[in-house]
Amino acid sequence: MNLRRLWAIMVKELRQLRRDRVTLAMIMGMPILQLLLFGYAINLNLRNLPAAVVDQAQTAGSRAAVQDMLASGVIEVAATAQSPQQLVDLLREGRISVGIAVPPDFERRKLDGREAIQVMVDGSDNVVQSAAAQLAQYPLNQPDNFHTLAPTPISVVSFYNPERRSPVNIVPGLIGVILTMTMVLFTAVAIVRETERGNMELLITTPVSRTELMIGKVLPYAAIGLVQTTVVLLLGVWLFRVPIRGSLWDVYLASGLLILANLSLGLLISTRARSQFQAMQMTFFVFLPSILLSGFMFPYAGMPLPAQWISEALPLTHFMRLIRGIMLRGADLGDLWHDAVALLAFIAVMLTLAIRLFHKRLD
Amino acid sequence: MTDNAIHAQGLTKRFGALVAVNSVNLDVPRACVYGFLGPNGSGKSTTIRMLCGLLTPSEGKIDVLGLRIPEQAEALKRRIGYMTQKFSLFDDLSVRQNLEFLATVQGLSRHETRTRVDELLQRYRLDDRQQQLAGTMSGGQKQRLALAGAIVHKPELLFLDEPTSAVDPESRRDFWEKLFELADAGTTILVSTHYMDEAERCHRLAILDTGNLVADGTPKELTDTLRGRTFVIRANSPRQAKATLDERPDVLSVAQIGNELRVLMREDKVTVESLRSAMSDVDASMDIESVAPNLEDVFVVATRKLARPEEQAA
Repeated sequence: MNLRRLWAIMVKELRQLRRDRVTLAMIMGMPILQLLLFGYAINLNLRNLPAAVVDQAQTAGSRAAVQDMLASGVIEVAATAQSPQQLVDLLREGRISVGIAVPPDFERRKLDGREAIQVMVDGSDNVVQSAAAQLAQYPLNQPDNFHTLAPTPISVVSFYNPERRSPVNIVPGLIGVILTMTMVLFTAVAIVRETERGNMELLITTPVSRTELMIGKVLPYAAIGLVQTTVVLLLGVWLFRVPIRGSLWDVYLASGLLILANLSLGLLISTRARSQFQAMQMTFFVFLPSILLSGFMFPYAGMPLPAQWISEALPLTHFMRLIRGIMLRGADLGDLWHDAVALLAFIAVMLTLAIRLFHKRLD
Repeated sequence: MTDNAIHAQGLTKRFGALVAVNSVNLDVPRACVYGFLGPNGSGKSTTIRMLCGLLTPSEGKIDVLGLRIPEQAEALKRRIGYMTQKFSLFDDLSVRQNLEFLATVQGLSRHETRTRVDELLQRYRLDDRQQQLAGTMSGGQKQRLALAGAIVHKPELLFLDEPTSAVDPESRRDFWEKLFELADAGTTILVSTHYMDEAERCHRLAILDTGNLVADGTPKELTDTLRGRTFVIRANSPRQAKATLDERPDVLSVAQIGNELRVLMREDKVTVESLRSAMSDVDASMDIESVAPNLEDVFVVATRKLARPEEQAA
């Protein structure tokens, strides 16, 4: 490997990138936009969720309990219903997010210490989910506090989405999502574009080696990936007070591993794709499972076994575990060495395949 | 070490069932401008790519500058320049940045790069445009830049794949001046073209047709083989005269050029007089003249020779 040649390729790549305003805007705009979008959901102050109440008990106690919940300001009566079945219909139609049903035997259930009120929640909306959890905290014993309080006086039934997630989980994961989206695409497209424009035919008749070409193309994007990581971290900490409990070094090391993993995957794609459009399609073929199966959206433990196998093969899964461990649980890379090694193995395999499959030939 | 820059034997390239290049033998002497003449799809680009080591031949032996290709293609890449058919420099880099990049990649030192790029910019009249983006230049300017890029490392051998296909006639003439300058300095040049006037300028040329090398030699050698077989006929009704000539079995081709007919015979047995008497019942006043054959005639003969057995088979 000749360092001057490597440098020339990197400089060339950066110069071309500087003239490519759209890509440049994407590099900076995408992390900021995504963070603000996700962050808005995180920051949403839950107020005035549309609700409907069915009180089949009609006792002083039941009315007081309902009034207590309304007084919290979290929910607001938006529709009327006569039966619990109507509540379900209203939920499905999307006219209410929360339905409160008080059964006719409310008083007896309370005395027996059983669940006395049912809150139905539109689980398709994560934010509403956490609101339901808040409602469940309301004590039912105020009007007649001589009764012993039932341990779980209200049962929360969550429709459509059985899992609950802490909003703080999103920002660390978002670093991984953004890096997966941009890094794979940028490298894949960067090489295929040269083939499409005919530049590759010129490059392969020069003494540039495969390794020089691949590394020279990848390193500028690795630097860009670290810039993106920094943007998300800064905004996450400033705007949303996301904690970084582990060391910042470990955060960057983990991000660096993910960046290299994604770049080598992008290189591999570029050796197979014939056009930029194909490269983009292949990228999304990898991107969607990454988002869905990495644990960013749904917990790994809840997936069926085949999905878990796929999940294990995705670099984003391992990064998710690393970054949540480091940022939220204060772990260090040593504690999570399994996932760091998995990422290293992924890089080694992808890079070897990419360099082997890339030929300085046209056939 | 042979005298030839390129020696290829039995060079064949198949893409699936398609035979793009069929058993071509080729010898290109050093410091000569060697032309590949042929229509589109005749295998010119494929042959050039095999000679550079970009494509692996299906069969055949290649020796370029004493190196076995494709095995020693990497060593060859330091010694050749290649100008692709399509402009392949970077549209979004400036003229100077393009040349600097290529110079560095070709292994020139920082100092060498600076002086060489300055020299090339001046020689190819690009010095007033060195900050301009390559993609925004005209066809002729792009072509000069591409040539400068291909010779930045002073290669011994230069491959040019239809370098003038997108350029106006004046730029073409200008471009050929530059090629002869390089050949005088000792560079061997292999250039493909489908223009007859360009082929005529080459020291030697090979005619390719549907993957076969159908003729090769100096332009003079090639035209000399057709001596006595070409005539120009000026008739009052050229269409009618052409119809009559087309029916004669000894006529290979008749081409109308304005009011003149250019006739190419299969053999050199016909004289002006015998042709005049044969045509007298069509038009007694026609003017017949024996003319010197040109490369277009060579091209017609070479490509028909190949087509004939196929016609018989059909």
